[in-house]
Amino acid sequence: MLEIKNLHASVEGTEILHGVDLSVKPGEVHAIMGPNGSGKSTLAQVLAGHPAYEVTQGTATYEGKDLFDMSPEERAQAGVFMAFQYPVEIKGITNAYFLRSALNAIRKAQGLPEYDPIDFLDVLEEKLKVIGWEDTFLNRNVNEGFSGGEKKRNEIMQLAVLEPKLAILDETDSGLDIDALKTVADAVNKLRAPDRATVIVTHYQRLLNYIVPDFVHVLVDGKIVRSGGKALALELEEKGYDWLRPEPAVAG
Amino acid sequence: MTSIESQVKKPYQYGWETDIESDTAPAGLSEDTIRLISKKKDEPEWLLEWRLKAYRHWLTMKEPHWPNVTYGPIDYQAIHYYSAPRQEKKAKSLDEVDPKLLATFEKLGIPISEQKRLSGVAVDAVFDSVSVATTFKETLKQAGVIFLPFSEAVREHPDLVQKYLGSVVPHTDNFFAALNSAVFTDGSFVFVPQGVRCPMELSTYFRINATATGQFERTLIIAEDGAFVSYLEGCSAPSRDENQLHAAVVELIALDNAQIKYSTVQNWYPGDEEGRGGIYNFVTKRGACRGKNSKISWTQVETGSAITWKYPGCILQGDNSIGEFYSVAVTNNRQQADTGTKMIHIGKNTRSTIVSKGISAGKGQNTYRGLVKIMKSAEGARNYSQCDSMLIGDQCGAHTFPYIDVRNSSAIMEHEASTSKIGADQIFYCQARGLKAEDAVSMIVNGFCKEVFRELPMEFAVEAQNLLGISLEGSVG
Repeated sequence: MLEIKNLHASVEGTEILHGVDLSVKPGEVHAIMGPNGSGKSTLAQVLAGHPAYEVTQGTATYEGKDLFDMSPEERAQAGVFMAFQYPVEIKGITNAYFLRSALNAIRKAQGLPEYDPIDFLDVLEEKLKVIGWEDTFLNRNVNEGFSGGEKKRNEIMQLAVLEPKLAILDETDSGLDIDALKTVADAVNKLRAPDRATVIVTHYQRLLNYIVPDFVHVLVDGKIVRSGGKALALELEEKGYDWLRPEPAVAG
Repeated sequence: MTSIESQVKKPYQYGWETDIESDTAPAGLSEDTIRLISKKKDEPEWLLEWRLKAYRHWLTMKEPHWPNVTYGPIDYQAIHYYSAPRQEKKAKSLDEVDPKLLATFEKLGIPISEQKRLSGVAVDAVFDSVSVATTFKETLKQAGVIFLPFSEAVREHPDLVQKYLGSVVPHTDNFFAALNSAVFTDGSFVFVPQGVRCPMELSTYFRINATATGQFERTLIIAEDGAFVSYLEGCSAPSRDENQLHAAVVELIALDNAQIKYSTVQNWYPGDEEGRGGIYNFVTKRGACRGKNSKISWTQVETGSAITWKYPGCILQGDNSIGEFYSVAVTNNRQQADTGTKMIHIGKNTRSTIVSKGISAGKGQNTYRGLVKIMKSAEGARNYSQCDSMLIGDQCGAHTFPYIDVRNSSAIMEHEASTSKIGADQIFYCQARGLKAEDAVSMIVNGFCKEVFRELPMEFAVEAQNLLGISLEGSVG
């Protein structure tokens, strides 16, 4: 589904990723872990197509197509979704309107009929239950006045409505209390399917107690330094990241 | 290249010209020009005298330069002050109107022919200096509502016109109002009698066609005791390299318990990317809430014109009267706008609300200028003002000049202001959900303007949203 080879990427002229390789197959859940500043979020942003990040070397193939040849909206329309670490507010635009516009843009690109506002309400009702939200959420503006936790949940609401093939969760667990974390994990687990894949970018293994990954990769200084199964996450929890650094940290 | 810089402006959609023979007065302004206009319109003597008085006063005035806009000198002697499509005789019905004129308005999306009328909206179509057609005249007449081209109203209801003309905006008010009073050509006249709720939206569409011609329309709306009327004006002009002057005057009068809702969707030719051509939109609009519990509400969506200079205001004279001003002003490329409102509180417990949304893109300059004045007599007056600016790109400007003058200590004043920038992050967020960049901008801007759009009559809210999308198209790449 997603094949990343020797990916180098930089932001404002500084290289952050120094050759990342990653292979994700349908049905799999991958966790990318690593210390702050290791390039985890950069990897997520590059895959979603943020214009501030420049790919300087390497390739990413998504379902046989060159991912870097696609605009951000083309990636979304092809089923790539990134849950933002810092979701953006859109004043004056209700969640219902935003979700319908997004879903219709994707459906239109896929040659599917668009939803009218009435039919779409039925879609929303069902998804609201998944996320445990009241109807009133629909008439609130996108992330306006939302708490940090609500914004994260809103990302998962969007994920539930848009039903992407490849979901990338960028630090979705940060800032969530334990109940919200469980809700988010439940929603993500409900979306697990043989034809879908999830990449979870996280600093802590806490979320991985609820969304059990098939593979865990450790990203340090812009490179994947170790890959393994679920057990690796627990090992990291215990030992931290320093033992995996390519060179010992120089004491300052 | 960052996504905010690439600029590919979609050309103005209404820039074509109708090839029609017209009867145009020679360029230049003199008492003779005014006599000619008055004669063409078959006006009574008092109106000619009124025009001449205004002209003589205008000669003593200087063009104002305090607005935050820059432009070259205007040669008032190079302008044609009257231009009318030539017709064999006065059209009695739409069947007799030149098909080219009807086609012009059809092309603009203003259906005035019998079959294609916009249901529920009566339209008066003004082409250069004359009104071409007014629809639903009969339906309105049955309700007792007078909706006529100004020149016809002068002939058919001279007493009403004479009573109210210049009573809100006197000919001495300002330079452009004086000029308009001297040379105004057509416009709309609306009279809603006591207790009548106008059964449909009234709308006037202004089209400048002839070259080197100024448009000076005059609109007068009177709502008697307990009456209600909702009126909307729209406008456009061909793309030309020279600047054209549009100096209109609008006067609204609301008596006891009357309500007037006045909406504008202004889309005059804005000039090209380099700032060549475009309309100078120098307009005086004012409403008088004369009666107690009366209400006047201005809603404007300003996307066109090279320069916009206007302050639709309310004189809140009647006790408990209400004034409202909702505005969206967009400047793209090299457009300049200096617009806002004046709320003058005179009566007791008068209330005013101001919501202004300024959007600047390209090298556009957008200024909000507003005055809230609470007179000594205005016990218990309240004002709420909100001025929000949005910037798209880094070469545009937003400026805010709120003036507050309070002479009664019981007044309650609230003022909120904000400036925001459409950022790459906001656009990327929408793109990452499958929306195209231009749709994202359109969505973000429409969200920003929502409080104003919801004040527009339903039929026009969608049009205004689309217009905004077109005006800003290409401003974010």
